[in-house]
Amino acid sequence: MVTTALLGTERRPLPAAAHAPGKEAPIALLDAAALQTLRRRAGLRPAPAAALPEPAADDPRPPVPPAARRRLATLLTDQPGTGGGRRGAAPDLVELLPQWLALANARGYGAPPELLPALLNAARGRTDLRPQALTFAGPRALWLARLNPDWKFALRATPGGGVTLPSADDAPKVRRLWEEGLFAERVALLTTLRAHHAGATLDLLVSTWSTERAEDRLMFLDSLRTGLSAADEPFLERALTDRSRNVRATAAELLSALPDSALAGRMSSRAASCVAVDHTSDAPTLTVEAPHECDAGMERDGVTPKPPTGRGERSWWLGQLVEAAPLATWQPRLGNRTPAEIVALPVADDWRSELHAAWCRAAVRQRDVAWSRALLGTPASPDAAGPGAVSLAERAKLLASLPAAERADWVAGFIAAHGLSEAFQLLGVCAVPWAEPLGRAVVDSLNIARDAGSYPWSFSGVMGLAERCLDPSEAVRLEALTAIPDEAENASPGAGGYWSEAFQRLVTTLRLRAAIRDELPPP
Amino acid sequence: MTQQGVRWTADQVLALAPDAPSRKAGSKLGAAGPWSEAGSTGEGAVWGLCKGSGSKPYQTIVDIADVAGPAYKCSCPSRKFPCKHALGLLLVWAGTDGTVPDGGEPPAWAEEWLAARRKRADAKQGSAAAPAASADPEAARKRAEKRAERITAGATELEQRLSDLLRGGTASAEQMGYGLWEETAARMVDAQAPGLAARVRELGAIPSSGPGWPVRFLEECALLHLLDQGWLHRDRLPDGLAATVRSRVGLPAQAEGPPVRDRWVVLAQYDTADSRLTTRRIWLYGTESGRTALLLSYRAAGRAPALALPVGLALDAEVTGYTGTGQLRVELGEQFTAPAPTAQRPPGVRPEEAAARYGEALGDDPWLESWPVTLAEVIPTRAQDPRDARDARGTRDARETRDTGSWQLVDPATDSALPLAPSATSRPGLWRLIALSGGAPLTVFGECGHRGFTPLAAWPKDSGETVSLC
Repeated sequence: MVTTALLGTERRPLPAAAHAPGKEAPIALLDAAALQTLRRRAGLRPAPAAALPEPAADDPRPPVPPAARRRLATLLTDQPGTGGGRRGAAPDLVELLPQWLALANARGYGAPPELLPALLNAARGRTDLRPQALTFAGPRALWLARLNPDWKFALRATPGGGVTLPSADDAPKVRRLWEEGLFAERVALLTTLRAHHAGATLDLLVSTWSTERAEDRLMFLDSLRTGLSAADEPFLERALTDRSRNVRATAAELLSALPDSALAGRMSSRAASCVAVDHTSDAPTLTVEAPHECDAGMERDGVTPKPPTGRGERSWWLGQLVEAAPLATWQPRLGNRTPAEIVALPVADDWRSELHAAWCRAAVRQRDVAWSRALLGTPASPDAAGPGAVSLAERAKLLASLPAAERADWVAGFIAAHGLSEAFQLLGVCAVPWAEPLGRAVVDSLNIARDAGSYPWSFSGVMGLAERCLDPSEAVRLEALTAIPDEAENASPGAGGYWSEAFQRLVTTLRLRAAIRDELPPP
Repeated sequence: MTQQGVRWTADQVLALAPDAPSRKAGSKLGAAGPWSEAGSTGEGAVWGLCKGSGSKPYQTIVDIADVAGPAYKCSCPSRKFPCKHALGLLLVWAGTDGTVPDGGEPPAWAEEWLAARRKRADAKQGSAAAPAASADPEAARKRAEKRAERITAGATELEQRLSDLLRGGTASAEQMGYGLWEETAARMVDAQAPGLAARVRELGAIPSSGPGWPVRFLEECALLHLLDQGWLHRDRLPDGLAATVRSRVGLPAQAEGPPVRDRWVVLAQYDTADSRLTTRRIWLYGTESGRTALLLSYRAAGRAPALALPVGLALDAEVTGYTGTGQLRVELGEQFTAPAPTAQRPPGVRPEEAAARYGEALGDDPWLESWPVTLAEVIPTRAQDPRDARDARGTRDARETRDTGSWQLVDPATDSALPLAPSATSRPGLWRLIALSGGAPLTVFGECGHRGFTPLAAWPKDSGETVSLC
């Protein structure tokens, strides 16, 4: 019938089914086709079923409460990149999504299934969101990701691609996966094992070490960072003679983080021999005698002999020795002074910045609170703001090893003394929500900036941070700042209105965060 | 009259937004910050002051218990309805932070508008009760006769064109281009038969619709021919079928008969648009009558129809059925309460039953594309792996299209399945459905037709809110 229709009734005879005496051929054909169409449609029956999918693994976590689920749906409808232009007084919902996810994860809630596609799409566009989003999304998201190639990233981002790892006690299975698994699965296995059975991890590594490729050896070695202990020393010592330079350097770095290791001891005596207290001058002064050569022993212990362009060889070697030496070296070596006293000592011949920078790196690597505190100095000291001996980036790292409350106090003091313009990096390492004195210091400084008559967008970075990090209970105190102030004589035109808008947004965002927090109570 | 504290969900509020930018702007205002003096009567009126960039805050009022869906008033200059302030206000109201307390007295500026609305509604009800006095029944009859004549002329002309087409062969349709179809459609508009015009336009699109088009083309030609014949011989048809033919041709249908009062669950709301018109479909399920009903509303292209009902809620309301077209279409009458959450769902059937229902409905309306059904205990399943589809076609291009393969809803008890309509597999709702299922059975409401099943709403197996898929 279709063929006749395609070619035309002039060229093709009607099929037998369409014969109708007394009717024009085209009409007879249409009549028959209508009958057949309706017969087909009315006679439709279900199709045979295809193979059913494997059901998604159970998510044992409790589901998020309804209010929180609605909030998440709202946060997910706010897509970045639309709108644009001036931010206005409304909160930036996209920026609150990471916080929402972190809180839901901390409280142990599971994701509502119908929001998983939106969640996966959001995580697809924002790599910074992925770890939190995938943790929250749980096993069903991986089940979905296997069905939709758009969400492949979820499988890649999850150790082992979401494949269930054998239990650590099942030695034969563990061994088989280690010997036959894909690289990602092996790394996942190593990481999981390491958390519970550090010794078993080492055994696995040793069993195949000589046959692994250099890049793989580097990744495997890196997994030892978690739960590093003296038991790892013999293995790491052997890795110091590895064929690959990167493997050697990583092994040396790991060993230097073990203060009692033989390598730490060797580095300690090398570094100590370079620094001494000179009592011959009026006040005690530190003198530095940088190494004259990088011998084979140093090189074997991870010292890179060739400096980057623009740096002298000897200061380069010195920096590496001091960085790798345990900080405990210095108190007995330098007249039993405390770290603060040592840092306060003058340093002869312009070695101060080189030496202090190396100590900073050591303090960060060894997470040494006393040294970090000493190297940070007081927040109000004049060179705390400028590019002194210790840069802002290094300060931020040093701050990270201090207890949260002390960190907040230090940054609050810094802001009080130097204002906001340099503080951005330091604020980034403070615990969220900000402690009360820190929050107050930030708000006071914003207030001062407003009174000084500048535009709020000069402070948009700090404003954005404040929206995400201020304690929501501060909203009440901020209320007064949302009024439009009288225009001062020296103020930029219209600045008052913009500040009011910016503070309004801050208050609204804090309220929203308070609501988010209340909607996600501990289950 | 709503219970205290029973409020909508954010999804339900956002479903009222006329477009995506409004949704976004509304979400941003859906936080306590800019709102003050907000409150609600608990009977459907919600109000608040929203601080904008100006010195005077906007006054926003929403009446969610209105007969014709929510009504809005806002002192902002936006031309969008509802504006972002109305959406924001409803979102704050939907939230649980207590910014919009229940049981308040509306302030003077809100009360004025609400009172005026109530007055108008009462007046309308009064006038509706009175018999509709037509100005001049004789003139109206003449106009109707005149129009019928023109449609008859149009249908006769269309039959001639179809006949010519079949005589020369439909193969030529592929080369004819769209112009000829546009011209024929314009002739049908002139003949005051918009239903015929729309079918002709759709016919013109089939030759470029991919493999298998000759079969689809012949089917649609045949159904158009059937409609022509139905119109030309309408006096020999049974009353119901004649009414269906009239409305399919494009004559305005009337809501007739006694109003039916029920608790109607809003199952789905979705818009379709062509270059002229936005059509909104809202599916309702009467929990007492067990009846499924369709609300249709139209708006010029690019604007959202005024009627909007939140999916998943139930409203106590009267509806009046239209004649013809399978008697699914209704008009919303008086609404006795604001929409409120409900745990009731339509009972589901098996795939066999769903297919059979569509088949039966075709008896009353041969031009029916699909029929609303609820499937119980089905599992969304991939019927064809996209990789297989790629291999079969073997082209690079196919790999780059976002083909997710074909899907079906499987009833594990009977091992039978309904394939999903091809248009449904490219929509984001598909993935919400799959995610909700996780490989386990669930209840799905949708439209079952000859192209396959189009899921519109779903409920997980254990109790849970309605999840909209459109």
